[in-house]
Amino acid sequence: MKTDTLLTVRDLSLQVAGTGREVVQSIAFDIAPGEIFGIVGESGSGKTLATRALIALLPPAIRVKGGSVRYKGRDVLAMKDRELRDLRGAEIGVVFQEPMTSLNPSMTIGRQLEEGLILHTKASPEERRARILDMLKRVGIRDPEGALTAYPHEFSGGMRQRIMLASVMLLKPALLIADEPTTALDAVIQRDVMELMVELTRAEGTAVLLISHDLPMVARYTSRIVVMEKGAIVEAGRTENLLEAPQHPYTKKLLSSLPFRGEARAIDMSKAPMVSARNVVVDYAGRRSLFRRGKAKRALQGVSVDIHEGEVVALVGGSGSGKTTLGRTIAGLVKQSGGEIRFQGRSREADWTDYRLNCQMVFQDPYSSLDPRMTILALVEEALRLVPGLDVSAKRKRALETLEEVGLGADYAERYPHELSGGQRQRVAIARAIARRPRFLIADEPVSALDVTVRAQVLDLFSDLQKRYGFSCLFISHDLGVVEQVADRVVVMQDGRIIEEGDRDTIFDSPKEAYTRRLLSAIPALDQNEKGGVTLKWRLEN
Amino acid sequence: MKKFTFNGLIGGILIAILLLSAALGLVWTPFDPMKLSFTARLAAPGADHLLGTDEFGRDVLSRLMVGARASVWIGALTVGFATICGTLIGLVSGYARGWVDGVIMAVNNALLAFPGILLALGLLAVFGANQYGIIFALGIAYTPSMARVVRGAVLSLREREFIEASRVMGNGELYTMVRHILPNCLAPITVLATSMFGWAILSESALSFLGLGVPPPAPTWGNMLAAGRPFVEQAVWLGLFPGLCIALTLLGINLLGDALRDKLDPRMRGLK
Repeated sequence: MKTDTLLTVRDLSLQVAGTGREVVQSIAFDIAPGEIFGIVGESGSGKTLATRALIALLPPAIRVKGGSVRYKGRDVLAMKDRELRDLRGAEIGVVFQEPMTSLNPSMTIGRQLEEGLILHTKASPEERRARILDMLKRVGIRDPEGALTAYPHEFSGGMRQRIMLASVMLLKPALLIADEPTTALDAVIQRDVMELMVELTRAEGTAVLLISHDLPMVARYTSRIVVMEKGAIVEAGRTENLLEAPQHPYTKKLLSSLPFRGEARAIDMSKAPMVSARNVVVDYAGRRSLFRRGKAKRALQGVSVDIHEGEVVALVGGSGSGKTTLGRTIAGLVKQSGGEIRFQGRSREADWTDYRLNCQMVFQDPYSSLDPRMTILALVEEALRLVPGLDVSAKRKRALETLEEVGLGADYAERYPHELSGGQRQRVAIARAIARRPRFLIADEPVSALDVTVRAQVLDLFSDLQKRYGFSCLFISHDLGVVEQVADRVVVMQDGRIIEEGDRDTIFDSPKEAYTRRLLSAIPALDQNEKGGVTLKWRLEN
Repeated sequence: MKKFTFNGLIGGILIAILLLSAALGLVWTPFDPMKLSFTARLAAPGADHLLGTDEFGRDVLSRLMVGARASVWIGALTVGFATICGTLIGLVSGYARGWVDGVIMAVNNALLAFPGILLALGLLAVFGANQYGIIFALGIAYTPSMARVVRGAVLSLREREFIEASRVMGNGELYTMVRHILPNCLAPITVLATSMFGWAILSESALSFLGLGVPPPAPTWGNMLAAGRPFVEQAVWLGLFPGLCIALTLLGINLLGDALRDKLDPRMRGLK
């Protein structure tokens, strides 16, 4: 392998200009031609900066401190701008995380794909067109001819990432750098895009450098992995060895942070449900123009779901399945066009104040769910504003207690949201929701925006609180791994309908519907061994 | 951050000088600003008259001090009027949406399309050319731009999850608007209000220049600037000093406004 490497990185260190703080500390690895190589790390581990250095595309504030990057024997860091331009795209292609922003919104797909071919090849216009159409077909775009003149906004996130992949693979690069290529996508589409990437690169003999925080996903496709923490490589090795017998404590921590199946709990299903949605229908009004109203879109087609006392019901499905709409409808944020929502045996509308006091919600994005101009204490106190029978000092005391409970001491009380990390913000959001001691909580993707280890901590916190206060919970998520850990019962949605529901073990061990199996095939079953390692088993779709 | 506080300091000093001299002008001026003196017509700046005298022999420094009061008063009240009205209209329009928004914005856009100074001229013809007429006319002319800016901010804010969180908590619409939306609109409001202060002083000058401002002999910076125009060649100080006063005030207001905006924003706190 040593004689035959594509990319060699030795002692690469990066620092912040001015302060001299090292953000990447002497990392080293090799990538062989055609190999799929993984870098795993959480946010702030320096994995993205390290890979940016490989194509000399560092942000202005970051400088190379030392070390070398050799591509096919040539020193990339010493290359002139011209040579670098020839290298990028033609030799090394890059797929970024955000399919929403990595395509130019004001250019047609055809023009964007053609750009690279014009720059790097001498193909004639007819040849270029033929190659683009062929590639679009290969990445699974249904109408390649039509796609040429379409704009990026006409495609979904998954489709855009396919187009991005097509634009990179058109030039048949020897190395593809994929930085969190599927993080913004839901689990099923994530898997489809990954499979496509592997298939295409294998066919072209392209090596892949796959960068992600998602260890099981990286492990599924790579032969070798390095784990980065705080700018340094803490462990490197063959994928199976690293998973089954991790050496470094951080790798062990990452592995133990993966969601494992929680204990099955006995829920008393004989009593009347706490919350009960009956045949809920939601229509989104169509776009209105001057003279006519566009066709309404039916987001929920008569959905019924029961949540019992103390029960955690997970609502799963891909994007567009209606799971978020159902959650928001039950929360009262979206008006239903039909059906009824009952709370403790009565219609929710019969005592709206009581329902408001007892139904709270945790949102997905901890960056936008907290008012940036309020202190942490004020945010939690606000939740108690409408609670009857508490005077000002009792409210303050309760707010401080609740903050303590979510692991944020008194010294956080006067801080503002921007001074907190994502995980801490989500703790504040949880504190705000439980400060009223609600009987029922709706959690919409509460951990999707968090890093692996932080996610594990927040999930633990959530389970503790749920045990202590015994609230019922509707837990909305596209990540079945998380669901496996927290849910008592699972409800699967597709196209605005419930297609399957059952207790967690039944759904995970013997799913009936094809769509449920498809969802499950995106996540591994984990077997923990005594050395702190795990074995991943991937469920088959059929 | 350091740069901002330095700028803020300079802005603060300029505005403090302005306010102090305006306040001093109420109780004491070196000379009577209205007193004519034929012996000292168009005297150059010197030991006797620090900033010279005008064509009637009136002391320029004294007149500037008294004029500062009028300019500050007109500027502040105009901005206050436009900010309050514009913010209210923008909040309601952005938060209510639907037909309310449609009607308000249609009127607003019609007003915006109309040149502000022309609108003010028309209103002044109705209300008469005096200090409060000017304030009212300019206030109405500036309200649409404030309404537009606030509405834009509200539209983007109302989609944020913390607004939904407030609804889930059971907070009323009015409470949500005042507690969550208004404070988060403060940054654009401050920026616009400070530049509006500048526009107001300039427009007052322009209106005075056209003879529709505060009527002479009462001095404002604007009518002093206008009155100095025929004497530019003989007595440049007649135009120079009022002009300098206007320019320095605008500079001060803008610097102070930027610093205030950063100070008011908790996100800027703790940044080094």
